[in-house]
Amino acid sequence: MSQAPTPVRFKGTDTYLTHESLQAAVNCALTLQRPLLVKGEPGTGKTLLAEAIAEALGHRLITWHVKSTTRAQDGLYVYDTVQRLYDSRFNDGDVRDIRKYIRQGPLGEAFSSPERVVLLIDEVDKADLEFPNDLLHELDRMRFRVTETGDEVVAKHRPVVVITSNNEKELPDAFLRRCVFHFIDFPDAELMRRIVDVHHPGLDSALSEQALKVFYELRSFTRLRKKPSTSELIDWIAVLKAQGVNDLKLDEQLPFLGALLKKEQDLVSVAEAFGRGRRPRA
Amino acid sequence: MFLPFFYELRRRGLKVGAQEALALAGALRAGLHDSHLDGFYHVARALLVHSETQLDAFDQAFLAHFQGVESASLELTQELLHWLEEARERPDLSPEEVALLEQLDPEEIRRLFEERLKEQKERHDGGNRWVGTGGTSPFGNNGFGREGIRVGGGAGNRQGRALMQAGARKYAGYRDDVVLDTRQMAVALRKLRAFARDGAPDELDVDESIAATARNAGELEVVTRPPRRPNTRVVLAMDVGGSMDPYAALVSRLFSVASQATHFKELRTYYFHNCVYGKLYATPQLTGGITVPELVAQVGRHHKLVMVGDASMAPYELSIRTDAQGHYKTDGLEGLTWLMQLAQHFERNVWLNPEPMGTWRSGTISVIARVFPMFALTVEGLGEAVTHLTRGRTVRGAAARR
Repeated sequence: MSQAPTPVRFKGTDTYLTHESLQAAVNCALTLQRPLLVKGEPGTGKTLLAEAIAEALGHRLITWHVKSTTRAQDGLYVYDTVQRLYDSRFNDGDVRDIRKYIRQGPLGEAFSSPERVVLLIDEVDKADLEFPNDLLHELDRMRFRVTETGDEVVAKHRPVVVITSNNEKELPDAFLRRCVFHFIDFPDAELMRRIVDVHHPGLDSALSEQALKVFYELRSFTRLRKKPSTSELIDWIAVLKAQGVNDLKLDEQLPFLGALLKKEQDLVSVAEAFGRGRRPRA
Repeated sequence: MFLPFFYELRRRGLKVGAQEALALAGALRAGLHDSHLDGFYHVARALLVHSETQLDAFDQAFLAHFQGVESASLELTQELLHWLEEARERPDLSPEEVALLEQLDPEEIRRLFEERLKEQKERHDGGNRWVGTGGTSPFGNNGFGREGIRVGGGAGNRQGRALMQAGARKYAGYRDDVVLDTRQMAVALRKLRAFARDGAPDELDVDESIAATARNAGELEVVTRPPRRPNTRVVLAMDVGGSMDPYAALVSRLFSVASQATHFKELRTYYFHNCVYGKLYATPQLTGGITVPELVAQVGRHHKLVMVGDASMAPYELSIRTDAQGHYKTDGLEGLTWLMQLAQHFERNVWLNPEPMGTWRSGTISVIARVFPMFALTVEGLGEAVTHLTRGRTVRGAAARR
């Protein structure tokens, strides 16, 4: 495995705004060729980061969505026994060649890719507790052996690995040690304004001010089960724009609140809180 | 050059080691920090911190080390909060101090406690003196009956005494097995899983397919079977409030681990206070919930019952008579009888007790330990409890009835 040439520095893209610490983390991961572990509130752009890195570096992005049933083995390769059995039954194809029935998983695909790729392992905490441990060796050495054929798959170019976690489970120490860690903070109002600008260029500034104000007020509302996050704000503004809303006030008749709050109880408690606030006047 | 910084980090609880040092050296050699302190900060943070819970400690260490800014007060309050959270795991007050504490008002005790924490940390780093004396420490005396050391808002006789007791046992255990982090708990609970095959047959049974094909004289016969699914059902009930307050952090960790575990087919969690009086509540505020007869009717005897509590209360509390709604009633059932009903219904049950094992032989703990098999709420105890739960039927409830 060759040492990669001095990697390009990552500075974010036109649509993905970063700040210094995130850039530093990405550049560390690129230079040291270690996986980058990204944590943060849902909706702060963890998954988008991988896309942004791929875009900025001009590499292909391979995504591995981890589910609760995903095993580490699935990422390497899958041996399609059924297909082979059927083929042998109907004499289709050459069943003697076992390699034809080995399909590569995302990790295998990333390793055998002729050029460098960005591999996103999305929501690693969704899987079984042992899942990260099972991947340690493969991510470290960037190689694995296909037991059925004895072939070894070795990465021609170490892929840029981005791993996201929603903190649903604790990750093992041994795994953490091998990763560059970054926690995406929730953007402050200033950065958020820039993010909104990037996604909705030419938005009426009065509306965006009002929307941001309402948004941060809602976030500071402690009774919410699930706070609205960046992606929800972007969606909400898109809806507002599409419907031609241009005046916002935080009360129980907030338009399209469903785009911001996803839990029924949250909608109820917001309505209650602001409904009650008006009652004395009535 | 940055090695002292590493020791500063370690002093603040970040477990940085050689691997991190090499990574950081590599990053610096590659010039990622742009020869700038800000750059160094971001690079070091990305490489040395592994969890968002450590970020704050890292920031403090950085400040302290690179700008000479003493952030001691902040650190102290945070450390104090942390210690108060786990007050029983690491109290280390000497008998003299205990005597002194008795005469002080709450503010002074708090101040003294802070001082003590500060002192302890320094000495601990220096000469291991505290760990060394841990095993033979005289603090574990059962006979301390104090009028409340009001540290961390707790009150009452028993808590004060328990603070003393914990010193002897917890410190000794601290080095090998005591600290139950969420991952250890999760690993222990994993042993509880049991699988059963049911549902649609959509998984290939390779062995059966080969056998069937062979029987079929080479004509392919694919045999499928239902996938393995978790089949463990658990009822988890927890004592809240009063004497359980010092263990709140520990027990809530257990609850969060259990509720996140994906290998249970069903998990019901309930709360009670001290003893079960006819009803198990849905919230820690003791509202909602289900009566014991209802629970017994709804869930089968194969559910595994896990009670979590210190089982310590005034003896009369075991014999309070209530009806199924938890109201006092002279012709109701005693608290102990409700417990026995639970123990008898569930074939596999355990009681996890965060109290030190040394105290189990007396008082209400010993009574409850005759109803439920009792295990310590440590990694070891949890492991034993899980083994017990998976092994087989328990008949303790019947035995206790006599």
